[in-house]
Amino acid sequence: MRFAPHTNDDVAQMLSRLGFGSLDRLFDQIPESVRLERPLALPDGVSELELVEDLRTLATRNRSADDLVCFAGGGAYDHYVPAVVWALAGRSEFYTSYTPYQPELSQGVLQALFEYQSMVCELTALDVSNASLYDGATALVEAVNLARAATGRGRVLVSETVDPRYLATLRTYGLGAGYEPETFPAPEGRGGAPAVAEDVGCVIVQHPNAYGILEPARELFATARAGGARAIQVFDPLSLGVLAPPGDLGADVAVAEGQVLGNHLSFGGPYLGVIAARMEDVRRMPGRIVGETVDVDGRTGYVLTLQAREQHIRRETAVSNICTNQTLMAIAAAVYLAWLGPEGLAELGRLCSAKAAYAAERLADLPGVDLRYPDAPFFKEFALRLPLPAAEVRRALADRGYLAGVPVGDLLVVAVTERRTRSQIDGLVEAMAGVLG
Amino acid sequence: MTIGAPVRRQGPRGEGSILGISRPERRASSLPRADVPGATLPSDAIRATPPRLPEVAERDLVRHYTRLSQMNFGVDTGIYPLGSCTMKYNPKVAETVAGAPGFQRLHPLQPDNTVQGALELLWRLEGALCEITGMARATLQPPAGACGELTGLLLMRAYHQAGGGGPRRRVVIPDSAHGTNPASVRMGGYEAVSVPSDPRGLVDVGELRKIVDEEVAGLMLTNPNTLGLFEEEIQDITSIVHDAGGLVYYDGANLNAILGRCRPGDMGFDIVHINTHKTFATPHGGGGPGAGPVGVREELVPFLPAPTVEKDGTSGAFYLDHDRPRSIGRVHGFNGNFGVLVRAYAYVFGHGADGLKHVAEHAVLNANYLAELLRGVYPLAYSEPPMHEFVATARPLKERHGVRAMDVAKRLIDLGYHPPTVYFPLVVDEAMMVEPTETETKESLEAFAAALRQAAGEAESDPALLREAPTSTPVRRLDEARAARSLRLRW
Repeated sequence: MRFAPHTNDDVAQMLSRLGFGSLDRLFDQIPESVRLERPLALPDGVSELELVEDLRTLATRNRSADDLVCFAGGGAYDHYVPAVVWALAGRSEFYTSYTPYQPELSQGVLQALFEYQSMVCELTALDVSNASLYDGATALVEAVNLARAATGRGRVLVSETVDPRYLATLRTYGLGAGYEPETFPAPEGRGGAPAVAEDVGCVIVQHPNAYGILEPARELFATARAGGARAIQVFDPLSLGVLAPPGDLGADVAVAEGQVLGNHLSFGGPYLGVIAARMEDVRRMPGRIVGETVDVDGRTGYVLTLQAREQHIRRETAVSNICTNQTLMAIAAAVYLAWLGPEGLAELGRLCSAKAAYAAERLADLPGVDLRYPDAPFFKEFALRLPLPAAEVRRALADRGYLAGVPVGDLLVVAVTERRTRSQIDGLVEAMAGVLG
Repeated sequence: MTIGAPVRRQGPRGEGSILGISRPERRASSLPRADVPGATLPSDAIRATPPRLPEVAERDLVRHYTRLSQMNFGVDTGIYPLGSCTMKYNPKVAETVAGAPGFQRLHPLQPDNTVQGALELLWRLEGALCEITGMARATLQPPAGACGELTGLLLMRAYHQAGGGGPRRRVVIPDSAHGTNPASVRMGGYEAVSVPSDPRGLVDVGELRKIVDEEVAGLMLTNPNTLGLFEEEIQDITSIVHDAGGLVYYDGANLNAILGRCRPGDMGFDIVHINTHKTFATPHGGGGPGAGPVGVREELVPFLPAPTVEKDGTSGAFYLDHDRPRSIGRVHGFNGNFGVLVRAYAYVFGHGADGLKHVAEHAVLNANYLAELLRGVYPLAYSEPPMHEFVATARPLKERHGVRAMDVAKRLIDLGYHPPTVYFPLVVDEAMMVEPTETETKESLEAFAAALRQAAGEAESDPALLREAPTSTPVRRLDEARAARSLRLRW
């Protein structure tokens, strides 16, 4: 495969114009001592046909969610991606462009991002969003940076019901930023009493949490705010047709994994980090933000705005280092949300929650299987206590055709989306009974 | 003269908001009928008023976003010579293979034995990237270059702390560096110190020697540097830092220029990040996604983010290794931008050793040829021969005709081209940073040069044509000051 188009004659003419005898002459500046005097130890190039065969072979060594019935969640969910989403987001005028540095040539991406930002604000009942961050976990990192800068307070309190991978990601970035996230206990899988001292910059609550459980978010956020900290919510965008939005619950900053908004599972990425905040924090928001304005003729148009926050202007005093983001995934999210509409979003939420309730009831009927938190309300995920180690049960169920869930500690967290049918749920129950024998 | 120009005078002249076509109860979505009883959620958790999302038919949705796409310029539309961005052609086959259900429909938390093909792909790609850069191991988790930079800086911290001392305080970057470098340095808990460029546009080695001491954790450098010039004294530079116990970080923004010709590891770099969306042609997506793998030397391997992909020596099975006690931890929620990495794999193995070298040779040829075609009109900012990109200046046009680099850029739009990067690097007055990439033909380079020369001629004969450009686009020059003053960031 080669995509450099020159013929030998082209190369000869170009070199001649440059007064060079060979291509090697172009690399004269590289000192001999560091030149690679051998070919790279890689196979030589192949034809497109051979490449496709190689990748087809690799792809068939995986068992996808088309093959295994997917009840796995933990931040990435098997929601249906309608055909229209990638028919539009996959248009090459979008995907082969870059950051809209020349707005007159980039109104398509800019307006799509403005619409995405608007829909995120509508979903969350908050004031301002951005053109996307990398994923849910790194969006939480950015939210913490925002909160610590806004409050001038360093400590970070995290409910122990926040996704363990999000907590691990916070720990990593905290090494550089100079904080170590501190967890507070949540008795019975929810709630708790964060001690919001004067040096606490933010309190992080996931709602619905890593066990799928609805948190007493209003009380937790009120406690955070009363103590002068920013209240940060990790949310599920597809819960917000039925569940009260972060802004109404009292969150100052809301972040989410946007994969569920029309993006494929794709083994963990590319997804998108969703963030929304209140207007008072707009100048601390990370990443690109699109604003509406007018051109010299008074025509409405869109530009990247508030760039004085960003790395290419402010360098070491920028609010974040983010440059490349997940714009294409944000465009997909906008198309998906417009496809759903408000009624579709609510109907989807009701379907997930009903199917999860049915699955939980049936699974908890199995001997030795219990809901870990039987009294806690949940949305589309729930935690099971099993008589055997969760990882072992999951492996055995994969052999029977089910991605049964995600182990969190010794629990198995099971997710149910609108794609799962009653008969698939019944099938999982039967297979689980077989495994637990 | 009309050259290329599919975006101009075609497509809609503006498109209203999607909310403008929204009608109550209209709807595109269809969902399955409920096959289980309804569930009840606690009343205090329920949303009171629905979000104001668009209510549209699918046909309207399709027309709206199709029109928006027609108001956008991409590599598929025409030459996109943004300096430092490597906007090369994105092979279609990469899209096809990444869309295979065996990749696209994998959950990130599946048991390892159900994702052997995906893990093998990552393992092979890691090996290839290490060979290309001269590193021992790499993490594929960072989702973009800036995240790769920060990952590298956290690795630097871990390395220095493991040595028994503190993490050290400062990181040195050239004054021509991309803005993400200093921003990443600060997020990594370090103070950025700038080393000036010498009159040739290269790192001032004498100044570097004065700056580097035992409080310097490391140096971040691109090579070729941000001005498109190869740092000839690279071995002295890396030695100065190493002698003071520091590490040298290679920002892979410009790796396209040296594929198969030389390797960061052989120049003395300790940590390398790669922008797959630049060098390996994974699509830029209007601003992302990217992927920013980070490779390291042997001594730094224990600190790499967890999990890594490993191959069991006995069974040959691949697995994710989470048990890495000295690791800096996770830098992404899952396994990085896997879908992007599949495309990078397709590019790397499709080209192979011979093809990658060919890429670098033709990228450098194209940049030099284009610079030559512009000689006398847009002088190079530095006299050193460029590699894969060059920085020219519109200073003569400003001095003679009061026409600025931005005016030239906007006139290029009317002539049917995406302009180069302007006003970057910051150290060059009226900078125009041009990176044609290897995938442009000789004819395309000549036509682009002709357009730039035409604009220079018009700067003399009809400067208003440049100052008022563009006139052929859906909107003309936009009021950015107003956008920042009276914020409208949502409907």
